[in-house]
Amino acid sequence: MKINFKLFAMLQDYLPAEGRRDNALQVELVEGTTIQQVIERFGLPQKSCHLVLVNGSFIPPADRAALVLKDGETLSIWPPIAGG
Amino acid sequence: MAWTRNVLRVDLTNGTCKSEPLNMEWAQQYLGQRGLATKYFVSEVDPKVDPLSPANKMIMTTGPLTGTPVSTGGRYSVVTKGALTGAIACSNSGGYFGAELKFAGWDMIIFEGKSLKPVYLSIVNDQAELKDAAHLWGKSTWHTEETIKKEHQDPLTRVCSIGRAGENGVMYACIINDLHRAAGRSGVGTVMGSKNLKAVAVRGTNGVSTIRDPKAFMAATVAAKKVLADNAVTGQGLPTYGTQVLMNVINEMGALPTRNHRDVQFEEARKISAEAMAEKRPSDGKSHLVTNNACFGCTIACGRISKIDETHFSVVNKPEYWGASGGLEYEAAWALGAANGVGDLEALQYANLLCNEEGFDPISFGATVGAAMELYELGILTKEQIGMEAPFGSAKAVCEMAEMTARGEGFGKELGQGSARLCEKYGRPDLSMTVKKQEFPAYDSRAIQGMGLTYATSNRGACHLRSYTVASEVLGIPFKTDPLVTEGKAGLVKAFQDATSVFDSAGVCVFTTFAWSLADLQPQLDAACEGNWTMEKLAEVGERIYNMERLFNNAAGFTAKDDDLPPRLKTEAAKTGPAKGLVSGIDKMRPEYYQLRGWDEQGVPSKETLGRLGL
Repeated sequence: MKINFKLFAMLQDYLPAEGRRDNALQVELVEGTTIQQVIERFGLPQKSCHLVLVNGSFIPPADRAALVLKDGETLSIWPPIAGG
Repeated sequence: MAWTRNVLRVDLTNGTCKSEPLNMEWAQQYLGQRGLATKYFVSEVDPKVDPLSPANKMIMTTGPLTGTPVSTGGRYSVVTKGALTGAIACSNSGGYFGAELKFAGWDMIIFEGKSLKPVYLSIVNDQAELKDAAHLWGKSTWHTEETIKKEHQDPLTRVCSIGRAGENGVMYACIINDLHRAAGRSGVGTVMGSKNLKAVAVRGTNGVSTIRDPKAFMAATVAAKKVLADNAVTGQGLPTYGTQVLMNVINEMGALPTRNHRDVQFEEARKISAEAMAEKRPSDGKSHLVTNNACFGCTIACGRISKIDETHFSVVNKPEYWGASGGLEYEAAWALGAANGVGDLEALQYANLLCNEEGFDPISFGATVGAAMELYELGILTKEQIGMEAPFGSAKAVCEMAEMTARGEGFGKELGQGSARLCEKYGRPDLSMTVKKQEFPAYDSRAIQGMGLTYATSNRGACHLRSYTVASEVLGIPFKTDPLVTEGKAGLVKAFQDATSVFDSAGVCVFTTFAWSLADLQPQLDAACEGNWTMEKLAEVGERIYNMERLFNNAAGFTAKDDDLPPRLKTEAAKTGPAKGLVSGIDKMRPEYYQLRGWDEQGVPSKETLGRLGL
């Protein structure tokens, strides 16, 4: 299955070059892959994975190891940021 | 004590400047800046006053921590009855002007009356005089600042001024200081223009020598700065990416108002985001973003300084715009961009530069363009009326409309009235995305429910800076709440409103609250100011200020009916994203909020509430 994987702000450096221009990459995953496994696959620092959204909805840290991604979903991750 | 204890009262009608002692009894009840100046204002001005009449007053005010070594201690505010809203207005700005005013020895300047001819106020420490501004009238804020500095032969003179927008009666005109910092919302610059007051120039060499306990104060400020530096948001996120980093977050969440709130996601959001600002352009190989920037005493440095693409159609023959200058910040990028369906970063920066140069609020301007574009697409406004084709997505139209509004030409005069008056005139008041005639900022209240209540109950009209529940609902600061539910939002909004009232009254930037709570501000205030500033006292001051503003608005004629959102947000569900199918739950949240506030069903504070707060 494939998901749309997006990394923003300082985390965009963890994307391969072809994904940096759009902050997004199509990622091939085996069935049953969790959010945490994707985070580990790309070597993202845990403390930098502050805002984790699946299809725009926030996933609390406690759920990330168990939540299995589905085909076509969008996983987006930001470090601690703010604005106003 | 941190206050200078000096108030400058400027009678523009008679051309006099007089010093008077600060009311220290009020300072203990309202702290400073937003709270204390509003206390002066509501005590001296009839709530029914026409905002543009000489009877309206305007107060430029610092806080007790302004000009001190506290982080972000460069803030000042402008308090008046807003031209755009007819409600209490308090617009807060950074830069260096506020600290300089304090260094000159003044807590606030109260402007009253109206000058017969254009003037500017010159302050050098305790010497204040009104000077002729005939040669500055009709000029931009940039020209005004440069000219005054040259005339004073002092580049360290700090200047705030209005541009042509304030002179021409654009209802959302700003007061600009230090080239690109703004007391931006509610039309405080319009009020300044109505008084024939072009600028205030100030030079202060006294510093702030009134700290109650300097040793304790320095210890408290050092500790608080460490909190900011160690926090990932204020120590890394904001300085690196600025506020603009929110563009993709809010879009992914389906909370980015797009095309006059028809949609909640913008397909070109990434093209106008912080990430895009940092990329090299194909045209010249340079990035839009040049550097970050800090206001006086700030250890966060969130500001953006950018250089526009010299080959872009908007500036191709205009070298005066090619230098590094302020922007884009998130709110401006959203209002000029997503709100109109425009994904051209350079066009947004050009319009933003015009807003700074001529002094008008990019949020209200951009949102008004969005309303005009919807009226155009519905066939209610024509190409002939507007003077151009103006469909959603037209970068050219945004740029030309900014020029027309800045100059007060053609359809720009109508855009300068704001979306409420524009949509009312053309028979579609429902298309104005406003509360109390002030345009929404960049968060859709169908997808971030707390922000709907924030907008509806903001005392200065729709505004995100009166209770930024985005911090909790989106960013998890200080704790994460679900943005899609209404439960708990009344208490959240009240807590944010009261705490923000304190920060706005202290002389510091509200962005510190991404890392600081009141518990971090309290020891700094208590060390600086006499009066035993406990947490309990600060909490009460915040609530007192919010209720005082409310009482003014009620007396001005506002009622519970004005604490509402446009019908679109209550009846047209979000089409995409996590909030798909949702409308705002404002009607559910408002009664609970009134109850928590101690207000009756009409939004009037009860006698018990007023008695408890000493109002």
